[in-house]
Amino acid sequence: MEFEPKLIGFLCKWCSSAGADLAGVSRKSYPPNLVPITVNCSGRIDVSQIVKAFKDGADGVLVSGCHPGDCHYTSGNYKTWRRVALLKHVLDDFGLDPDRVRLEWISATEGEKFAQTVEDFTAEIKELGPGPFRDVKK
Amino acid sequence: MSKNKKKIGAYWASSCGGCDVALLGLHERILELLDFAEIAFWPAATDFKYDDLKGYGNNELDVTFFNGGIRTTENAEIAELLREKSKLLVAYGSCAHQGGIPGLANMSGKNELFDTVYKEIPTTNNPDGIIPQESIKKDGLTLNLPGLQERVRSLDRVVDVDYTVPGCPPPPELTEDFLELLINGELPEKGSVIAGSKTVCEECSREWNKESIDAFHRPQEVDIDPDKCLLDQGIICMGPVTRSGCDSSCPEVNMPCKGCFGPPSKVEDQGMEMLNSLASVLQVGEEGQALEQEKELLSNLPDPIGTFYTFSLSNSIFGGKVSEGGEND
Repeated sequence: MEFEPKLIGFLCKWCSSAGADLAGVSRKSYPPNLVPITVNCSGRIDVSQIVKAFKDGADGVLVSGCHPGDCHYTSGNYKTWRRVALLKHVLDDFGLDPDRVRLEWISATEGEKFAQTVEDFTAEIKELGPGPFRDVKK
Repeated sequence: MSKNKKKIGAYWASSCGGCDVALLGLHERILELLDFAEIAFWPAATDFKYDDLKGYGNNELDVTFFNGGIRTTENAEIAELLREKSKLLVAYGSCAHQGGIPGLANMSGKNELFDTVYKEIPTTNNPDGIIPQESIKKDGLTLNLPGLQERVRSLDRVVDVDYTVPGCPPPPELTEDFLELLINGELPEKGSVIAGSKTVCEECSREWNKESIDAFHRPQEVDIDPDKCLLDQGIICMGPVTRSGCDSSCPEVNMPCKGCFGPPSKVEDQGMEMLNSLASVLQVGEEGQALEQEKELLSNLPDPIGTFYTFSLSNSIFGGKVSEGGEND
């Protein structure tokens, strides 16, 4: 059977989650691999939540927020941007491919971009193969 | 030896011996302790053998101070034995609490460690590539050595732990606090860490100006201002994500906190929490696309795991190196 990635998507409520809704109402089709989790702001994401997603078997994690300058809370997305940059540096050292974490800016009008992002990310993780904790029994 | 005296045990597993010295750091107070208790097992200081320990009844030791992480099969075996023989088992020091510095070896597998130590180090002369075995037969006799386990674990990942006295090594004041609570029967609920409940920053006297930083420096590279927050000066100080109780002893003498008390109670992963914390003060990325700047900044952070997980790698979410497509526990 072909490997189907399990992806977790942390989407901010104001932009990216609305973008995902738009992709839906616009009847865009994209792979069903991503489980979206809506959070108030991408700045709410604590890097340990991303790490935990991997530990619990995720193959990739998408963090998506408002475009720079558009954050509903002014600067949450900048914080996330820096957090994810630091996290990738550390993940590399841990031995986990930093490309398994993806940060995107998707606004409420970008349904198309959301669908495209999920499609690209799914293809990329398919290429990378299962995450390190995918089949570990807990 | 009085019958009414409490029995105290102490043990070292995978540790440096500093925690045993820290127990002796009680100085003359140890005499007061001996009015109240007798030492029933303490390999570093007395001549008790494992057989003596095995001869005790269950729960015969009133309290055991266990220092060191669990690295070998012997460490694990004695941890289980001491749990059985002790009413209270105390994880004493960073290694028993969080895996400690030996836990950093979790970034390498067991075979990798053996290869490095016994084959690859330039000064090692081992042409036959001999590696220690757990069991060997010679002249009809079998010799056994404790085996190395795949990873270093903290004490609480192996047996039930009643209390933790953190630190590398624990300051004598905390040990005294614990003993006082014990003697007066005022110990807090099981599982408590006998230290502060806030962070090192709360006890630090340096002035924090919430400055954002554009470069990381190592302490030896810069003239450190003794009054200003170390993080404000671009020096990575683990104070914001480390449990209080040490009176901020390292920052007070111009050294950044390394995090030996482990994270405060609600934080699971000390290193990841530090990333969150650092991200809030970094100056790069204000425009959201300063990728080159970011790379330059991170290039002066040569050993992120050793920096953010000096003492807590064993107890972190990943617990050590992960291998893509490999076996992870």
